[in-house]
Amino acid sequence: MPLRHLSKAVGAAVLLGGLALSAPVQAQTPTSMLDTIRSRGNLICGVNTGLAGFAQPDSQGVWRGFDVDYCRAIAAAILGDGTKVRYVPLTAQSRFTALQSGEVDVLVRNTTWTLSRDTSLGFDFAGITFYDGQGFMVKASLGLTSARELNGATICVQPGTTTEQNLTDWARSNRIEFRPVVIERIEEVVGAYTSNRCDAYTTDVSGLAATRAVQPRPADHVILPDVISKEPLGPLVRHGDQRFADIVRWTHFALLGAEEFGLTAANVDQAAASDPRPEVQRMLGKNGELGQMLGLQPNWVVSVLKTTGNYGEVFARNLTPIGIQRGPNALWTTPGGLQYSPPFR
Amino acid sequence: MSSTIDPRLLRAPPKKGLRLSWADERFRAIVWQVLIVSAIVFVIWWLVRNTQHNLEVRRIATGFGFLGREAGLPIGESLISYTPRDTYLRALTVGVLNTLNVAVVGVVLATIFGTVIGIARLSKNWLVGRIATIYVEVIRDVPLLLQLLFWYTILQSLPGPRQAINPATGVFLSNRGLKLPFFHWESAHTAAFGAFVIGCVALWFVAKQLRAKQYADGQPRALWPWALGLLLGLPIAVWLVLGAPFTTDIPALRGFNFSGGLNVSPEYFALLIGLVTYTAGFIAEIVRAGILAVHQGQWEAAQALGLHRGQVLNRIVLPQALRVIVPPMTSQFLNLTKNSSLAVAIGYQDIVSIANTTLNQTGQAIEGIAIIMGVYLTISLSISLFMNWYNARITLVER
Repeated sequence: MPLRHLSKAVGAAVLLGGLALSAPVQAQTPTSMLDTIRSRGNLICGVNTGLAGFAQPDSQGVWRGFDVDYCRAIAAAILGDGTKVRYVPLTAQSRFTALQSGEVDVLVRNTTWTLSRDTSLGFDFAGITFYDGQGFMVKASLGLTSARELNGATICVQPGTTTEQNLTDWARSNRIEFRPVVIERIEEVVGAYTSNRCDAYTTDVSGLAATRAVQPRPADHVILPDVISKEPLGPLVRHGDQRFADIVRWTHFALLGAEEFGLTAANVDQAAASDPRPEVQRMLGKNGELGQMLGLQPNWVVSVLKTTGNYGEVFARNLTPIGIQRGPNALWTTPGGLQYSPPFR
Repeated sequence: MSSTIDPRLLRAPPKKGLRLSWADERFRAIVWQVLIVSAIVFVIWWLVRNTQHNLEVRRIATGFGFLGREAGLPIGESLISYTPRDTYLRALTVGVLNTLNVAVVGVVLATIFGTVIGIARLSKNWLVGRIATIYVEVIRDVPLLLQLLFWYTILQSLPGPRQAINPATGVFLSNRGLKLPFFHWESAHTAAFGAFVIGCVALWFVAKQLRAKQYADGQPRALWPWALGLLLGLPIAVWLVLGAPFTTDIPALRGFNFSGGLNVSPEYFALLIGLVTYTAGFIAEIVRAGILAVHQGQWEAAQALGLHRGQVLNRIVLPQALRVIVPPMTSQFLNLTKNSSLAVAIGYQDIVSIANTTLNQTGQAIEGIAIIMGVYLTISLSISLFMNWYNARITLVER
């Protein structure tokens, strides 16, 4: 190819490219998530790679946990069947890209609601399913009673989380110097802590409890009383499909409302048939059109409750066994409880 | 002379006009070129436009503005001073330096170690040869990630800081890393290091001079007194003139950890050992191939000229072997550099680890990945350029 021909060719191509640039971009009509999920026949749910109590496959390979139950509840609300979920295990670092790019429909992975995630990452948080806070776990043999005694310690932490930033903020304001060991995979970072590479391991208190519960001797590890941050955890979806965000949000509220009204997996059928309370009637689709307003079946709450039970049942099944108390996650009717559902009206 | 040339050969060919016909070769060439270039331009434009559109629709922030923001991420080891209060730009710089640190040290060690193994494999000693063969075969067949995790697990199973292995005063080996005694670095040391660099340059000129003299009168001259003086004498002289400061900095257990002295973290050490042993397996084979590529007759001919064994190796065999060794060696150096990104798995904070965290905190994946790609491209191209230059320098000058 002689060079002078090439330059002509480039000139012509640039001209063509310019024309193409000025042509209007075909506006993409975003298909609704609800239609996508219905036509696909399952919900794709991003979960933790393995955190006892929240998301972990059991010995038969069935995913179990608090977050997993939320995936099942959302699938039950939309598709009427809580088994129609495909779980995608995601690391702390890969989770946001997976949601942004559409690899998962919804992310239920112990994710803290923050302003920047809600805005510049392009997400919508659908609620707070678990009020958490960041703490420290150390070996009992160190004899520590407070995190303030950790000056000079080596601390294991996972990257790409609010945990990492909270740790540096806390260390700065308390004038504590520490050496970080930053490892991405939870198995590796816990391994580094248990093999004594680090003096302390920091993450959300719920995560610490989950890690402690699966240690060969849990009593060898102590979770220090200091809680250094607020970690409101909840499911999140891509910004832009408000209807889908509404469904995820109201699935959470349905679980809370059901606990408040005493509806459980066992009694929901009977309640749907005979409970006289008007709000229960509206929730369970006997009266009004709440289901249709969300674009769901009238009896969607019945499907949800038959799949997972109410919030209290979900909590008792997954988190109570690993030693996590209800605490701030009790209903608002209990002193100190923060979980509160807006009215079903 | 000119009268013997046929005048027809000096005639210019008739100028052909460009015809707008498929039969015209030049016209066809232009059409194809226009089509292909515009197709490429269109694809690139479409990709960029599509990305921009989707980012807008999803309200994902774009641009490199985040580089100036406070990072707030902790970094375990750093060659320059760093606190979480610094910017993302500084954090990423720390990551680049950490990558370079492991890559440069790794390349040097892997070359030395690989050359030793490669020569050992050619050894006439049965045991040495067999051990080298087994080493190469085993190391090449196990995935690198597995080897890294293996080394990291081994280092983690060392005793804790309180039970540290203490083979000599000030040397501690524990699962917190290797602690070595050092001295407080002062300006005199920096000056001495500067003198060492100057000494290296001076030595290069001296070597050139000596070679020129040897070419003139045929007398070989020893370089080593010069080397001793310039590389060792000069820095020591500078250090002495500046008052010979020397305060030892011996590591001691204070609170949770050792403080003072030099620290080699288990993460860095595991990554370095893993990369060096793995790459050395490949380099050994390249070195062996290079040496075997030099014909036996070259050895015999050189010995017949009366050169002793060292001279034969240095002046006859190695220059020829290097021509075979250098090009594949470049690939190994590039492999080692790129493989250092596996550091993520064992918690060594290289550029990939830090850029990943950055893109996770800012949500700007495209920018983050672009930074990682840019860094590796720059490092790799630099290695390639240097090795190509070196390769051109050592090519056999053929007449």
